[in-house]
Order: sequence, then structure tokens, then C-alpha cells
Amino acid sequence: MTEALLTVGGLSAAYGQAAVLFGVSLEARRGEVVALMGRNGAGKTTTLKAIIGMVEASAETLRFDGHDIRGMETFRIARLGLGYVPEERRIFTDLTVHENLDVGRRPARGGRAPWTLDKLYKVFPNLAEMEGRRASAMSGGEQQMLTIARTLMGNPDMVLLDEPSEGLAPVIVEQMAEAVIAMKAEGLAVLLCEQNLHFAAAVSDRAYVIEKGAIRYSGTMAELEANDEVREAYLTV
Amino acid sequence: MDPAFIVIQSLSGLASASSLFIIASGLTIVFGVTRIVNFAHGSLYMLGAYLAVTIVPMLLEVDRSLPMFLLGVLLSALIVGVIGAAMEIILLRRIYHVPELFQLLATFGVVLIVQDLVIKLWGAVEIPGPRAPSLRHGVFIFDQRFPAYELFLIGMGLVVLGLLWLLMQKTRFGVLIRAATQDREMVAALGVNQAWLFTGTLFLGAFLAGLGGALQIPRVAVNTQMDISIITEVFVVTVIGGMGSVAGAFVAALIIGQLQAFGILIFPKITLVLVFLLMAVVLVIKPWGLFGKPDAAAGRAILPEGILSLKRFGRIDTIIAGIAIAVLIALPVFGDNYMVKVGIEVLVLALAAFSLQFLIGVGGIVSFGHAAYFGLGAYAAGLLVTRGGMAMEPALLLAPLVAGGFAALFGFFIVRLSGIYLAMLTLAFAQIVYAVCFQWVAFTGGDNGVVGVWPSAWASSRQVYYYLVLAMTLAAIIMLRHAIYAPFGYGLRAARDSAIRADAIGMDVGRIRWFAFTLSGAAAGLAGGLYSFSKGSIDPTMISIPMSVDFLVMVLVGGIQTVIGPVVGAAAFHSVKDFFMPLTDFWRLFLGLSIIIMVLVFPRGIAGATSALVDRKRTTAAPVEAAT
Repeated sequence: MTEALLTVGGLSAAYGQAAVLFGVSLEARRGEVVALMGRNGAGKTTTLKAIIGMVEASAETLRFDGHDIRGMETFRIARLGLGYVPEERRIFTDLTVHENLDVGRRPARGGRAPWTLDKLYKVFPNLAEMEGRRASAMSGGEQQMLTIARTLMGNPDMVLLDEPSEGLAPVIVEQMAEAVIAMKAEGLAVLLCEQNLHFAAAVSDRAYVIEKGAIRYSGTMAELEANDEVREAYLTV
Repeated sequence: MDPAFIVIQSLSGLASASSLFIIASGLTIVFGVTRIVNFAHGSLYMLGAYLAVTIVPMLLEVDRSLPMFLLGVLLSALIVGVIGAAMEIILLRRIYHVPELFQLLATFGVVLIVQDLVIKLWGAVEIPGPRAPSLRHGVFIFDQRFPAYELFLIGMGLVVLGLLWLLMQKTRFGVLIRAATQDREMVAALGVNQAWLFTGTLFLGAFLAGLGGALQIPRVAVNTQMDISIITEVFVVTVIGGMGSVAGAFVAALIIGQLQAFGILIFPKITLVLVFLLMAVVLVIKPWGLFGKPDAAAGRAILPEGILSLKRFGRIDTIIAGIAIAVLIALPVFGDNYMVKVGIEVLVLALAAFSLQFLIGVGGIVSFGHAAYFGLGAYAAGLLVTRGGMAMEPALLLAPLVAGGFAALFGFFIVRLSGIYLAMLTLAFAQIVYAVCFQWVAFTGGDNGVVGVWPSAWASSRQVYYYLVLAMTLAAIIMLRHAIYAPFGYGLRAARDSAIRADAIGMDVGRIRWFAFTLSGAAAGLAGGLYSFSKGSIDPTMISIPMSVDFLVMVLVGGIQTVIGPVVGAAAFHSVKDFFMPLTDFWRLFLGLSIIIMVLVFPRGIAGATSALVDRKRTTAAPVEAAT
């Protein structure tokens, strides 16, 4: 079997004195959508930030596309083809939609067809109509689309997607699901942090469940959906 | 007023606004991206001017024409740009993650280094620059003669504004700068290498500073004080406009240009004061400047972690303190006159540094203008004695009251702010005090100050005065130390660590901070009063920025996390300064390098490093099992 695209082994992280992650291990293969499920404060966001190098962390293994990315600077990890879409979106509100996308622009690697604006606007039709608008004048859902589109402009092989459905209207959540499916269709891998089981179930192949900074369960999405015990213990509020 | 006169006056206001804008835009762009307030921006401006008075005449030798003049100006600016880029690679890159206080100090270290290098390279005498060919004549506007070069400067300001706008809106570099100004971590997550972005930004910022400096050569003779005088003005422009905003810098430069042009007609002596007053008013109404955003100021603490745990004196500490006091008491007995003199200075500076540490380490209020209160105390005492005919005793009593009164007045505005804006406002108030003492020649003696500030007859012997200083500084330090360990001190630390939470549990955070500021100002004022009698004179250097920086360095040397560190720091700093300064022509270079090294290597200071060493020993002796 070939190596997974992303391999995380024994990942631990702390904010100052407060340890948050205790040896998280997970992996994702090319073209696979993997959900990382768990309640608020379980360590989902920290896991993503530790992978992308925004939080200081230690790991036994942290490999992406054959590279050891432990201790690597964030921008170098991003350039290897690992995109990150933060939960709080962090779009550049002073910039226009087009300029936001421009910041994310990077050449495609490995001879794959690059994401073009046209292709992006097919996935996110709303964005096409507001190219010149300042991002501060967008709704929450539009901002969420922009932040994903911005990351796709970097032509990543994999995207770390932090709670894309949070705080959005159901119709927008549906569009988000379609976007994730479109990304998968393009051959991208996605590591998706979610609390919303319906959303995760609609798009994911496999799932990990995290609680108190450690992985408590892993299996296919279908298995998780069928496993009432795990859902009760770690996912219901 | 004659309308023609008003037009001429506002045109000359526009010309200085143009120069200010060109320089300030560089500072604000650099701050926006790197979040560093670059004190050395004024030094880059000065280098631009010095390079231009060297390069331009050489080019004019070849061909006495305007294009050659402009080529020389451009070359100078480009060289300064490269120097700025080098500064980013050598220094700034290593301090992006350190607290803002350290960044300010480190870039001030560069100011000191450049000052000595400029004197070494070009000499201390001011150098008049060549006039610009084809722009030497006057243009007649409403029958009034107006220099053509000033009109050219107005045009240059607009050209720079236009080019900057194009750069920011139409190029990828500009888009990245704007994005990084808002959220540089996210820019990195999108694969942008910040290193070259930051180096590029510093090149641009330094280029603008150098351009601003080079364009000055037909107007002013190039001199070694250009750096500090411009940097305070440029700080004011960027703070009023909003740090990080180019448009804000433009508007603020226009306002200040006009304020200076017309203010000089109404209050010829106090234009400087007007400018700083404007800044104070703007910051009170709009704490982030006209076009600024709160997130530009917030996000990261200005402070290194202050005093975290209050260790009471253990037995060993008490013994050390006892020995130290015994040595201090015995000093006049075994020491000569010179040692007593140094002893007085160290005690006075120790009190001033301790009062500053009280603000910084306990209160989290980073004052960049603490010399103001030291100087106010000194001037109050000195003027009361010389002009008011008062005796030493009441003057010494009034010195802390005057300084405390002004600290209460300024502090009322200052404690409302936080972070870099707070530091800038303390600096602005200090500069107001400095400007008044400097410009009000009839009362304060201006640059020369006032001499004849002598102690009363009974205290006129150096030894007796030493004991007076020892008693008063020790009493003040012990009182301040008590305040730190009292509930008031705990409240102040709570306000420092989380103003919102302290507020939520019913503490009047604003009042606590205000009282602390006043108390600290009064203590510094006492130190200043004592200092003036030991010198026998007062002069504006006691209020200047370098003095404020000296205090900060003492706190830093002593260790920002220790209660008693500043006393150690003052002793160490002053002894070294006293010993080395007469030996070298490069004291500032040496001091600047030391500051930078200290920020890079020992950010916790001498006392901090020692206690860290002790802690480490204890930890290795009794290893604590790691939590699982």
C-alpha cells in the first residue's frame, strides 16, 4: 500500500502550561474526505493548527506528501500543497473578493489542471457576481465560500477545513457540502472538522472522533453513523 | 488677514505636509505589515539627507541640471532602501515575536548606532546642501514670492501618493502588503513567504524615509539632530492618521502642515505643543487614530510578561538587602567624593527606574516618556529655588507634587489607551513637556536650562546631601514596594492581566491605573528634584527621549519580572555609563549595540536571568514529574 497523503502520529500540543492534544494519530489518503468529529474544546481546531504549523507541537510522525513537515514554517507547508481554511474564516476584509483570491494564488504542482477563476465560480456561483466587492460587505455564508475559494487558488492537494457549516443557514450548508464534494471530485483530500453529523455524513468517507485531546474512535462514516454508543458518548451535546 | 498671505501660508503648509507624508507613509506601511514601530525611521530619513548632500553635488559637477539633481535624490533613497532591507534581515526578523516594548527599544538601539556612525562619517558640523537647478527661483502668487522648490515638493507629495496608491491597488506586492497588514498569519497559511514580503516592505519604507530626507537638502542644512526631531513629528502623523493607514497619514500630514503654518502666526513659540495637543485630543476621541483599526493595535501584548509572582524577601534576600543598605550607609565613610557623587546619581536613578517598573511590571503601562515626570520634578524644584526664591526643603516637597499633578493630568488620558497607542501618547506628553521647557526660554532658560540650583546650607556638603538622598529614595522605594504587595498592587496586576475580568468583578480598572500612574509620576518627580540639587542645574536633556530610554534600559537590565531588579539595573547601567562614557567617542554606538544584544539574548535582564538560573538549579535538584 502506498503511503497516505497526510500521516499524523503522536501529535501533542499545549497552549503555555495547558496541554490540549495528547498523542493524536490520524491519516488521510489522496482524494479522501476524512471527518474529525468532536465537541467544542475537544481539540479539533488545535489539531489542524498543529498540522499546518500555527501552533507549536511535537509529533512522532507528521508527514505530508512524503515530506517530514515537523517544525516547518507554515508557508512552506502550504507550498507543499496543504491548504488551511480556518473556522473564523479570516478573510481580508479590506480587500475585494478578487484581491482575496489573488492573495491565495499559487502555481499548480505536478501537472494537475490549476483552479481558475471560472472553475471556482462554477463551484461558488455567488462569488462571480461580487468580484469587485469589498469582503467586509459580504454575508457570513459568502465569506465562508470566499475563504474556501481563496485556499483552492493555491492549488492544494489537500485542504484542512475547520467547521465550514458553523453558524450558516441550511441552504448555505448545503452549498458547502456540494463544494466539498466538488473538491473531492477534483481529486483533493479533505480533513474536515465538524460537530454537525449530518453534514459530515453527507460528504465524508471516514471519520475520527476526538475527545479531550485524543482520538477515541475511528472507522468509516457509515460505521460511525450506526454506532449509537460512540455518538452518545462523544458527539451529542 | 490678507487673502494672498493666507494662500502663501497654506501653500507652505502644504509643502511641509508633503515632506511629512512621504516620510510618514513609509513608517505606517512598515508598521502595518511588521507591527513594529520603527524608531529608526528617523535615522533612515537622516541617512537619506546625508547621502544626498554627498551624492547630489557630485552629480551636479557632471551636469548642473534638474534631472541630475533628481537622479541623486533617487539614488540616495535607493541606498537607504537597501539599508532598510538589511536592517530587516539582520535585526527586525529576529524580533517580530518579542513584545513591542523590546521592539521599540531595539530600533532605538539602531537610532543610537546610526547617530554615532553619521558623526564618524560626516562629522558633527551641519552641511548645507545644493539648491535644485531650475527650481531656485520664486514664483509669484498674488504678487507674493513663493519658492518654486516648495511647489515642487507639493507636487512630489502628490506623485508619491499616486504611485503608492497604484502599488497598493494594482500590484500583487501591494495586495499582499494590504492582506498582511490585516492578518499575516493567514497570509502565511496561503503559502506566502513572509520573509521576502517583510524585507520588501522595509525596503519600501526605508526608501520613502530616504526620499523624504534627500528632498530636504535644498531647504535645510543637514545635521545630526534630524533623526529625533523628524521621528517625533512622524509618529504624531501616523498616530493621528491611524497606524498602518497610508490615507490616514496623508490626511494627518495635511492637518499638521496647516496647523504648523498658521499656528506659528498665532502662537509662534508653541507650535510643537499644538501638534502634540492635537494628537492627544485625537487619541482621546478616536483611540486608534482617524483611519486606524482597533485590531492594528490589539492582538498582541506590548509587554513582556511583567512581575508574575511576588516573592517576599526570604532570609537570604533580607540579608542581602541589609548588607546593601549597610554598604550604602557606609559609602561616604570609605568612599571618596567621586564615589559619593556616583552614589547620589545611582540612588536617584534607582528611584526613577523603580517608579517606571512599578508602571510597567506591575501595571502593564509601558511609559515611553517617563523622563517627563523626572524632568517635571527637576524643573519644579529648580525653578522654585532659582525663580521663586524658595528654600530646598519646600521645593523638594513640591517637586513630587508638581510631577504627580502633571502625571494625574496626562495619566487621565493615557490610561484609557493600551498597547502601542498608549506608549505613543506617553511619548507625546513627554515631548510636550520637553517642547515647553525647550521653547519657553524666558522662564526655563531653554536649551541652556537654569543654573544655581543648590541645596540649603546644612545639606551643601556632598556627604550630607548623600544621606538626604539615601533617606528619601529608600523611603520612596520602600513605600512603592509596599504598594506592590498591598491589595492595590494586586488590583493593578489584575488590571494588567485582564482589564475586562477585573472590571467584571467590580474593580474600577481605570481609577486603579490612573492612581498608579500618578503615584509613579510623583516618585519620578521626587527623583528629579533630588537630581537637580545634586547637579546644581536643570536642562532639557533631563526630559528628553534618550533619558526616557535610559530609564527603560535600566528596568530592562534589572529584569522586567523582578520587583527589585530596576534598582540593580540603575546601579549597573549608571556605573557602566559613568565608567565608559569618558573613555570612548562611541558611547551611543556601544549603548545601542548593548540594547539590541540585551533584547535578543537577555530579555529578562540581569536579575531575571539570575533568578531563572536559580530556578533551573532548583528544578534539576528536585525534578517535578511531568503531568500526563
